[in-house]
Amino acid sequence: MKLNPAYAVGLAALVALPFAIRAVFPGSEKYYLHIIIQMLLWAQIYTGWALMGRFGLTSLGHGAFTGIGAYVTVMLWNFVGLTPLVGIPVAVCVAVALALLIGYPSFLQRIRGHYFALLTLAMVEFVRLCIIGLRDFTGGSLGTQPVRYGDGISLYAVQFEADRMIAYFVALAVWFVGILVWVRVDRSMDRYALEAIGQDEEAAAAVGINVTREKLKITALSAAMCAFGGAIFAQYQMYIGPDTIAGFGVSLNIVFGVVAGGIGVMLGPSIGALLTQLLSEGLRMFFQGSATLNAMLGSRALSLDTLIYGVLLVLFIIHMPRGIVGTAMDLWRRRRGGS
Amino acid sequence: MTCSLDIFFLEAVLNGILLAGLLALLSLGLNLVFGVVDVVWICYAELVMIGMYAIFFAYSTLGLPLPLAMLIGITFTALAGVALHMIVIRPLLDAAPINQLLATGGVLFLLQAAATLAFGIEFRNIGVHLGSASLGEMFFSWGRIITFSVALATMLGLRYFLRHSYLGLAILALSQDRHVMPLMGADSRRLYAATSALGGGLAGLGAALMVLQFDIYPQIGLQFGPLIFMVCVLGGLGNMLGGFVAALVIAQFITIGSSCFATEWGYAIAFLFFILMMFIRPQGLLGARS
Repeated sequence: MKLNPAYAVGLAALVALPFAIRAVFPGSEKYYLHIIIQMLLWAQIYTGWALMGRFGLTSLGHGAFTGIGAYVTVMLWNFVGLTPLVGIPVAVCVAVALALLIGYPSFLQRIRGHYFALLTLAMVEFVRLCIIGLRDFTGGSLGTQPVRYGDGISLYAVQFEADRMIAYFVALAVWFVGILVWVRVDRSMDRYALEAIGQDEEAAAAVGINVTREKLKITALSAAMCAFGGAIFAQYQMYIGPDTIAGFGVSLNIVFGVVAGGIGVMLGPSIGALLTQLLSEGLRMFFQGSATLNAMLGSRALSLDTLIYGVLLVLFIIHMPRGIVGTAMDLWRRRRGGS
Repeated sequence: MTCSLDIFFLEAVLNGILLAGLLALLSLGLNLVFGVVDVVWICYAELVMIGMYAIFFAYSTLGLPLPLAMLIGITFTALAGVALHMIVIRPLLDAAPINQLLATGGVLFLLQAAATLAFGIEFRNIGVHLGSASLGEMFFSWGRIITFSVALATMLGLRYFLRHSYLGLAILALSQDRHVMPLMGADSRRLYAATSALGGGLAGLGAALMVLQFDIYPQIGLQFGPLIFMVCVLGGLGNMLGGFVAALVIAQFITIGSSCFATEWGYAIAFLFFILMMFIRPQGLLGARS
């Protein structure tokens, strides 16, 4: 695998980033790291969704996979005492099983487009309702916490949020694995098969592509990535709630983050995560800093970021359907081609 | 499990039929827009939500009489429907269908946030209680009975409008062939706008009935939205009679499931049933396979 020097520099910068933050903002290092960790964790989940989303398999149900990843891991730890080192793989397997269970019949029946989106929407609602229904274990709509192990940092319990430095490198590693998976898929034959399927399923089948099999493979991989991301996110937050890690709202956030960043390019989903986190944190700080706005709106100001987010999404889909990174790359190519 | 064939079970079944009225009415507008314009308004339930807030504002804050407030709410959502079409859908008419769906998803966030900014996240209620009718030992709220009657009347009225009025016939014809009708002199831009107004107005009508039964809060759309889509798809997107049948089936799962187990299990069973039906009959209960 040939490494582009620009990527090597970028990765080195990401490794150096927390030390730079520690040096520049010694007082509020924890806060900045927290934001960046969240960005990285969401970036991995977004990338996982985009694996299948880029081929026209628009799922509104990936909140189910992040939810399963988080809840199965925490339930196994809290009630069986099974270490997340085993629990996370189990949770990923459960999510993949669900993906296959839903994917296989729907690909056989040629359910796609709107119908696939709405079917996956029903799936995520089903999972969310099951989580709420099992409230004796899951805490219902209030959510629950993984039981703490020792002083808060432990490999056995996969608990690392107490030390932000460690958490940062865990998040960075998780994100990097996500990017590697993306690159691997991008360079595989499956990518060409899936692109052909995305353009015309019947024609793809006619040239000998096993349509159902290709779709199932990418769906399973995407579900596994999101379940893994959901599990790590839960271990970092030390809290799981049906609306923060599972459910329709989470699914929509994933889809829109990716669309804003750019669906068909490697760093698109990550830029989407960066943008959404910056937007919500930036606006929150801006409004908390302004006394007049605070007096006028109070806690309602928290929904201003969603308002701007909604407007941006509509504008993005109408004017920049390839997202920030996709459009930037188009502009770059055009300029280089022109000169 | 306390599920047996007693008076409570019968009450649940009858209440299910009444709930079906609301679901059918809510799915009517979405079905119309999908059947004619061929887009899914994923923010449809949010249109209902802002309609409920408009009625709340006109009735409780401005002190207008309730029927007038409801009329304002319906007009408001009808205008919102037209605006949604003009601003968001029209530039995307030739884009991939999934992009249209995602763009209306952006509107979903926008409307939810706007409602939160304007009214906060508190639960609001217009404070109108219509009481309930009793039949033997069973009780049925008047709100639900009225909703069911209005839903039935609206469905028949819409059917009549589409079959017997000039505008309705034009809309119906456009939905049957969106390429040939413009060549016959029908102005598809105006017809799409009219359909969107009608679809938005139906969302407002749904809102007018929902304020009689439910509290108003910004997230209410997320609770009802998935149910409405389920009813539409199960009935066959664009098929209004199918939507009514699907509403009856889904509502039975919800009310019987809720009375036997717990509320969320009723909904969970309904969603599971929907997923299974998608695999068995992807074209919907009454839909013809295209």
